[in-house]
Amino acid sequence: MADLSFPLLTCAAALPAVGAVATAALPAARRTAAKWVALLFSVATFALALVIAFRFDPGAKGPFQLTESHAWIADFGVRYELGVDGIAVALIALTALLIPFVILAGWHDADTLEEARPNRRWRPTQGFFALILAVEAMVILSFEATDVFLFYLFFEAMLIPMYFLIGGFGDGASGADEGEAAARRASAAVKFLLYNLAGGLIMLAAVIGLYAVTADQLGTGTFSLQQIVQARASGHLTLGTGTERLLFLGFFFAFAVKAPLWPLHTWLPGAMGESTSPVAVLITAVVDKVGTFAMLRFCLQLFPQASSWATPVILVLALISILYGALLAVAQRDIKRLIAYASISHFGFIILGIFAMTSQGQGGATLYMVNHGISTAALMLVAGFLISRRGSRLIADYGGVQKAAPLLAGTFLVGGLATLSLPGLAPFVSEFLVLVGTFSRYPVIGIIATVGIVLAALYVLVLYQRTMTGPPKDDEVRALPDLRVRELVVVGPLIALLLFLGVYPKPLTDLVNPAVDHTLSVVDKQDPKPEVRVDAVPGHHRAGHPAHHHDAEAAK
Amino acid sequence: MENLIALLIAAPLVGAALLLCGGKRLDRTGHWIGTLLAVASFAVAAVLFTDMLGRATDDRALHQHLFTWIPVGGFHADIAFQLDQLSMTFVLLITGVGSLIHLYSVGYMAHDERRRRFFGYLNLFLAAMLLLVLADNYLLLYVGWEGVGLASYLLIGFWQHKPSAATAAKKAFLVNRVGDVGLSIAIMLLFTTFGTFAFAPVLDAAGTAGSAGEGKVTAIALMLLLAACGKSAQVPLQSWLGDAMEGPTPVSALIHAATMVTAGVYLITRSGALFDAAPAAQTAVVAVGAVTLLFGAIVGCAKDDIKKALAGSTMSQIGYMIMAAGLGPIGYAFAIMHLVTHGFFKAGLFLGAGSVMHGMNDEVDMRRYGGLRKHMPVTFITFGLGYLAIIGFPGLSGFFSKDKIIEAAFAKGGTEGLILGGAALLGAAITAFYMTRVMLMTFFGEKRWDPDEVHPHESPKTMTIPMIVLAFGSVFAGGLFSINEAFVHWLEPVTSLAHGHPPFGATVTTAATVVVLLIGVATAWLMYGRRPVPATAPRGSVLTRAARRDLLQDDFNHVVLVRGGTHLTDTLVRLDHTLVDGAVTGTAVTMGGLSGLLRRLQNGFVRSYAAQMVGGAAVLVAVTLLMRGV
Repeated sequence: MADLSFPLLTCAAALPAVGAVATAALPAARRTAAKWVALLFSVATFALALVIAFRFDPGAKGPFQLTESHAWIADFGVRYELGVDGIAVALIALTALLIPFVILAGWHDADTLEEARPNRRWRPTQGFFALILAVEAMVILSFEATDVFLFYLFFEAMLIPMYFLIGGFGDGASGADEGEAAARRASAAVKFLLYNLAGGLIMLAAVIGLYAVTADQLGTGTFSLQQIVQARASGHLTLGTGTERLLFLGFFFAFAVKAPLWPLHTWLPGAMGESTSPVAVLITAVVDKVGTFAMLRFCLQLFPQASSWATPVILVLALISILYGALLAVAQRDIKRLIAYASISHFGFIILGIFAMTSQGQGGATLYMVNHGISTAALMLVAGFLISRRGSRLIADYGGVQKAAPLLAGTFLVGGLATLSLPGLAPFVSEFLVLVGTFSRYPVIGIIATVGIVLAALYVLVLYQRTMTGPPKDDEVRALPDLRVRELVVVGPLIALLLFLGVYPKPLTDLVNPAVDHTLSVVDKQDPKPEVRVDAVPGHHRAGHPAHHHDAEAAK
Repeated sequence: MENLIALLIAAPLVGAALLLCGGKRLDRTGHWIGTLLAVASFAVAAVLFTDMLGRATDDRALHQHLFTWIPVGGFHADIAFQLDQLSMTFVLLITGVGSLIHLYSVGYMAHDERRRRFFGYLNLFLAAMLLLVLADNYLLLYVGWEGVGLASYLLIGFWQHKPSAATAAKKAFLVNRVGDVGLSIAIMLLFTTFGTFAFAPVLDAAGTAGSAGEGKVTAIALMLLLAACGKSAQVPLQSWLGDAMEGPTPVSALIHAATMVTAGVYLITRSGALFDAAPAAQTAVVAVGAVTLLFGAIVGCAKDDIKKALAGSTMSQIGYMIMAAGLGPIGYAFAIMHLVTHGFFKAGLFLGAGSVMHGMNDEVDMRRYGGLRKHMPVTFITFGLGYLAIIGFPGLSGFFSKDKIIEAAFAKGGTEGLILGGAALLGAAITAFYMTRVMLMTFFGEKRWDPDEVHPHESPKTMTIPMIVLAFGSVFAGGLFSINEAFVHWLEPVTSLAHGHPPFGATVTTAATVVVLLIGVATAWLMYGRRPVPATAPRGSVLTRAARRDLLQDDFNHVVLVRGGTHLTDTLVRLDHTLVDGAVTGTAVTMGGLSGLLRRLQNGFVRSYAAQMVGGAAVLVAVTLLMRGV
């Protein structure tokens, strides 16, 4: 199993970790240097992620590639075991892609703290960027880990830097004085921590339970995903129905908090609202993705029967998330909280796609994770640029911005259109796949979910109308400067990527499809077959298309 | 030759990219770049058209496969184009009228500081509209479908500083999204029923789906109808079109009269095989068409805003097309023929209205016009020809196309045929009435404007030339199309053709059409020609007041959707804070027995809850271990 070649996966996680240490080690006076060091390491990590993506062979046999495996805590069967499938590669690439933009967008986020109390003992700038890189390292490791315990470790450990990022750095735009703002931030950070810690600890119980079961039946306990999947497939490991369901719930609960799924979502709007925009992007576009990713990798593959058992309830919760998140987004008065609720709606779509158990649903859900990351980053970061100009998060404080800052308004609109899944932009592809994948197995749920696309248009366009159109709100709005070069460097590539992946998502689907097929085979689900055999129709002939083969018998 | 198809779309798409990203350095030339690329697309269309005419009638369809777009499992979407006679007709209309309106806008938008962006949006619209009619599958059509919606949104709200424009733009997009839900569901149903959503295999299979499939096919057709209602402003999704008149007038002419709003007719005609296999859905289509043709006409009678009167008229004329398309093979070709002639005369009428506004300091209230024929002779004549065409004056374009629809409606046979034919005739009378009213209030009678403030004048050449060209189309197109039924035979390979059983001869129908036309004109003349038009609107009857308010649809929407929706979302916000959050936290507290946790939350000692949670987890671990064998 062990691959003696260059440990690419370890390096991809180690690089940002080293970057975090290097950034943190710089003396207080070297603030600018710290920013550049962090940026450099994040870009290098992205380069390495690209190498992984190109070295990865989607057509190869076996679920995981670029594997590394070393004994770690032998007594408990814990191994340092890494490996990636197409889904993980896509998400590692997304993470590594977004971090440089997060760093660039947050270039001045720590400056206010520096100026407020120049002689404090800790160094806010160094801390801010080091924490971001630390989160990146742990997120990448959780995408790579194929040992359940190893995954759990980083899944939990990333809460610590996130806690400090949310609680320690604000955007100074809450409308309250700094003391009250700090209190609100602290409470949002604590809530974030409590929810996720509660989820994580329940998962820990399930992780230990899983170990006990394997130790009991296989002789030696193991946390290795592949080993457990194989043992279950070959019948060496059999879980009682009740045990499997309990363990599944333990895992799922943690991931549902992180994702977040209704009704466990209430920590997200606070956390995203109170933190700075780049940190909000880090939460929703990067960290939360670990939750949905883990549902695909661990919940479904470790506990296939229990997953099927829980599917109806989860689908309904996902559906509620979609509609509930969108409806609450419509009513928000705070730009960042609006985007947070929109994300809840989008996570509903992702979870819907995963548990629809079709190749379109799960492929769409994976694409959705990537596309939502990019589109939310674009929208949230531009919103952050806007908020930093006026010092207010309230929608009512804006109006007519497009007159003063047309570029800002234009990029905000594109981010918004991506959020409402306009065809031609990347999120449309994934949202439609999720809908069609859900519909083909659960038509009623699929149809109700389409209401979400109307609501998405509502909250996006209302937000745009209230902030950007009409006569300029006041003299302060009239004098707002347009996007600066640094800000354009952040938004431009994200928008280009949204366009590219909307028109040509094939590189991504090629990467993801085999992994989705593997997952579905573990869960033992097949796509529903169409009812009418198109091939049997006389005169059907189209040049340039591989004929689709449908088995009408199997449809019965 | 098929490799040219992509070029049709590429030209305006490049234009949009250039103009929207090009920055200020293109401010002085941008409008000409945009116009040139529109004309280039028209030139390519002309080449393809000539080529198509040179080939045998059954060998005219071209297919271009660019690349695979979304391949996931059995779900396979391509970026691929299909150019057959139906698409060709649309391509010529879109690029032809599109080019003229680009030219017109050079003059109309001459003094707008954001003219470059305006042309960028117009180019974007052309590209999206061409994509819509050239796509070879429903999903790619969807991209064009929403693309034109986006362009429409951007152009309606082009004068964003006006809150009314921004609101109208948002409303148009939202109402269209409701229609888009229909299109989404239709595509999903196509996929689960046929395993594909490309036109050729689906339409081939539609007829042979069998009795088990009829329910599905009906559902698909009804969902497509919902989509068509949104895009083509048909009842019950018509409310956005009147407000869309907030956009600059060239936009109203191109998007909200000649091309985009007719996309619903395209969709139904393109999906003809599906509708033919679903008679129940066809009944729904003709019902929507018949209701809308009367609805729009009634609204058109009451509006004093010249553009809104024309918007009501557009709704009504598209109602005719939708109704014709719902009649099946006896109507498809006539729906498209009316669509083309309507494209000429309605675009011409809107450009004329724009020319009037241009000369009248952007005044839109017809009660402040009057006697303008002397001041704007070219506008008067071109508008007048468009007027004669739309009311169906014998010999002009509208006469041929509308007459055929009325005939086809009667030919449907039975009570249904009589009702539809009757509605179409009644609509023709009302059309004659409201268009005569517009004509009289604008160009005849006493002047109702202040000569010291307003100096009506003829518009520049860039504006009048497109109006003249469109006037030619309004006069001659219908007649040309009808020589040996050329148009019908041209489309026959795509839309198929059938003849119904009219209860009476074509002469009777034509005579009836002319009679109702005269009644409508005479009534309007009695009310607005013989006596002076008051400069402020009289209170009017209940019906007039309701029609001014678009027959109260907006009031209904406001009460039910806006107010109800606001109430719902506000309630949810409150509940999210109290109930959901409280319940989750409460459950956690109760279940974990960590009642101290909440009190300490105020203290901020993270360590202490962490410790308590570890304790809780230990209990859970123990429970899990004990439950193991279950």
